[in-house]
Amino acid sequence: MLSTTEGYMTPDGRQIGGVVMEMKNITLKFGGVTAIEDISFDIHEGEIRAIIGPNGAGKSSMLNVISGFYIPQQGEVFFRGAKRAQLKPFEVARQGIARTFQNIALFEGMSVLDNVMTGRLTHMKAGIISQSLWRGPAEREETENREICERVIDFLEIQSIRKTPVSRLPYGLKKRVELARALASEPKLLLLDEPMAGMNVEEKEDMSRFILDVNDEFGTTIALIEHDMGVVMDLSDRVVVMDYGKKIGDGTPNEVRNNQAVIDAYLGVSHD
Amino acid sequence: MAQSNKGTNNLVSLPALLRRNANTFGSSAAFREKEFGIWQTWSWAKALDEAENFALGLIELGIQPGDFVAVLGRNRPDLYISMIAIQMTGATPVPQYQDSVAEEMEYVLAHCGAKFVVAGDQEQVDKILEIQSKLPDFEQMIYLDGRGLRKYDHSKLHSFLSVMESGKKSGENVRSILNERERALNYDSICVMLYTSGTTGRPKGVVLSNANIIETAKTTCEFDNLKQTDEILAYLPMAWIGDFIFSVGQAMWSGFCANCPESADTLSTDLREIGPTYYFAPPRVFEMQLTNVMIRMEDSGRFKKWLFDYFMEHARQVGANILDGKSVGLGSRIKYFLGELTVYGPLKNTLGLSKVRVGYTAGEAIGPEIFDFYRSLGINLKQLYGQTEASVYITQQPDGEVRGDTVGVPTPGVEVRIGDNGEVYYRSPGTFVEYYKNPESTADTKDPEGWVATGDAGFFEEDTGHLRIIDRAKDVAKMSDGSMFAPKYVENKLKFYPNILEAVVFGAGKERCVAFVNIDLSAVGNWAERNNIAYSSYQELAGNTKVLEMVKEHIEEVNISISEDKMLAGCQVHRFIVLHKELDADDGELTRTRKVRRKIIGEKFKDLVTALYDGSGSVYTETEVTYEDGRKGKISANLDIVDAQVINQANIAAE
Repeated sequence: MLSTTEGYMTPDGRQIGGVVMEMKNITLKFGGVTAIEDISFDIHEGEIRAIIGPNGAGKSSMLNVISGFYIPQQGEVFFRGAKRAQLKPFEVARQGIARTFQNIALFEGMSVLDNVMTGRLTHMKAGIISQSLWRGPAEREETENREICERVIDFLEIQSIRKTPVSRLPYGLKKRVELARALASEPKLLLLDEPMAGMNVEEKEDMSRFILDVNDEFGTTIALIEHDMGVVMDLSDRVVVMDYGKKIGDGTPNEVRNNQAVIDAYLGVSHD
Repeated sequence: MAQSNKGTNNLVSLPALLRRNANTFGSSAAFREKEFGIWQTWSWAKALDEAENFALGLIELGIQPGDFVAVLGRNRPDLYISMIAIQMTGATPVPQYQDSVAEEMEYVLAHCGAKFVVAGDQEQVDKILEIQSKLPDFEQMIYLDGRGLRKYDHSKLHSFLSVMESGKKSGENVRSILNERERALNYDSICVMLYTSGTTGRPKGVVLSNANIIETAKTTCEFDNLKQTDEILAYLPMAWIGDFIFSVGQAMWSGFCANCPESADTLSTDLREIGPTYYFAPPRVFEMQLTNVMIRMEDSGRFKKWLFDYFMEHARQVGANILDGKSVGLGSRIKYFLGELTVYGPLKNTLGLSKVRVGYTAGEAIGPEIFDFYRSLGINLKQLYGQTEASVYITQQPDGEVRGDTVGVPTPGVEVRIGDNGEVYYRSPGTFVEYYKNPESTADTKDPEGWVATGDAGFFEEDTGHLRIIDRAKDVAKMSDGSMFAPKYVENKLKFYPNILEAVVFGAGKERCVAFVNIDLSAVGNWAERNNIAYSSYQELAGNTKVLEMVKEHIEEVNISISEDKMLAGCQVHRFIVLHKELDADDGELTRTRKVRRKIIGEKFKDLVTALYDGSGSVYTETEVTYEDGRKGKISANLDIVDAQVINQANIAAE
């Protein structure tokens, strides 16, 4: 099934394009444990797609399948209409997919700017020798990439910590720096693993604003995992709900909210 | 005091100054702004080009002479340029405080009937959209930063670039309209309208003419020998007269460059990178910098701390004298030189003040320790006294005659006299034209001969001719026993302690004085850290008994120093409360320039004032607070009331 599905219009008037990524009957097992069982869903171009579910539902595993880090035992992943073969992480990055992590994975000893610059690595062509000589193309290339990073820094309003080592930053800012690094690679598809976990209300509001702005300004397709229901319902265009590795709901926030299976999964059911 | 109706060489308006600068030194920097990590430069020629294009674009949008245009946002070259462009079209710029909430802005914009708004970003655009239904005169809005505005209705919304673009393409007829309007500007046309922060009542629109701004810029540039090569950091609110005089008036008269920081958070880095030669900051900023230095020195190693203490002690003794050019002896000079190499130089560099040739502070009294600290480092920090209605300058300190407790001699061209009630009056070329649409207030403030009442009580020192300000004239009151009550005098003494951020003293008509205190979270927080005191919020730290103990010590020291002054001995603080929240402009407790609104605070915390006087040991209170986005919440607290020791006059007499 290739990108035959048409785009649609969101309630707030954004035009969403066709399918960019499609999961088909994905099953992922770790030994005897089935993390994901026969799940299919798609992500459209330009939409904000949320994956929610209780703890242990298999959300992060799903994200890792999307990013190509886990290879499902059954099922297929289509990216831009083509079936995806097994890829190395840098090949995934080159395809235009970037991600942030649930547990921050930054280079703690490096400055914010250097961390963000690592997001540009796949775009740099100069070899180790010309970079050490620092002449001509290497220098030009760094300037170009720095400019892109500076735009991201400006966009996420982290100018004041540009030169600060990441280890000295509070949690909320580290999350923002991670987003900056992901954005620096100019992704087509951005995967956010619990971007708002552990944040206070104000930080969550800031982050929500940034996610909406990224989607709006750059037209980036975003797939995110989040626990905060309020945030998910406000941000996303469509939601996939998982429970015990199975898909139990898929649709707009409103549809999902009224889905009995989803309500049961979140609130529990009586066993009599 | 005949105001000349012709400026020097026909330089009768800011656009005329811009044209002169573009012609005589067009390639040198007019504005800089740090963006994307790099300082971007606008030459005078480019500034003129952009101002012209923007003015043409505004005419295409239908701007008329006499219109008012609100300008709101942080300090950015484009906003400064747009203010000049607005003048070119014969309209008047009305810069706004960027942190004003929508309601505050509603009053001001409705009062001046602003037809156009130039807004910095989405935040500011949102504020105007929120209140636009209540602004019948509002027509068009122009924004600089389009981020987040994509989905907005663009029928009344234009980007700065698109307006400049359409101006650039405009035909001969539009250009001739612009020429005509610019030619019509003269020395008496309105240059800018600024709203006073309003310590009492509604803000008033102060109308300042080209003559006010340009004459003031001219005399004060001569006074401090400001040159085309000077550099200034434009970081204070654009709605404040000081920023308009320094970053626009003087900058355009002398042709020096105004540098805009990248964001409010990067200020100290930007300051260090630019190294301004001409610097202005309110006492609060100097206080904060000093507090930070002291906190960092407390945290540094023992050798560094010793070196710092050793040389700072020496600087306190001789630094100010060396700065004033007095003789101090060779040994002291050599030691000061060593200090410059090891401590003063690096410290000034860290503060970004290495190159400061002329520095000013004003707005509030500055603590003598703070003032002396900077001067002893060799920074030529001076004081000036002024107000919006005077285009800032009333008095200022000449080089070599700088002292912490006076505000200097009258600025050239300014006449100052002291009224019978002790109030300070002035008359100058910078004296404002009128309060907009408010002839009563104009008449109350400015008499037919042009003398303006400042509302401050003060006197001239007999031997030096320097002016000293005591307090706001209307705040100076009597206590119940008839002795003088000067709250500001006491508050300033309290605020000079780094641990105390703000103090409000009550006592008019009462037999004793009591006080509210705000602690300085960064200073006290650091102290708490070193003393293993855990806290999670301002409120918790403010209620800590050890903190109360510390504040009590400060207050008792102040009481001793007040008791030495016979006239004011009655103003000693008997009881105090450390407030459970920081006083905030969003809650209306401070003005936007962060001055205490005594009356409003007194009414708002009535229960606390009552408790301070009725002898109770603690009090429960609930206070409404406004968050930055305008939402309201409540905080409640049980506050301890602390008694402080006062020095009895009779005892002193007996000793």
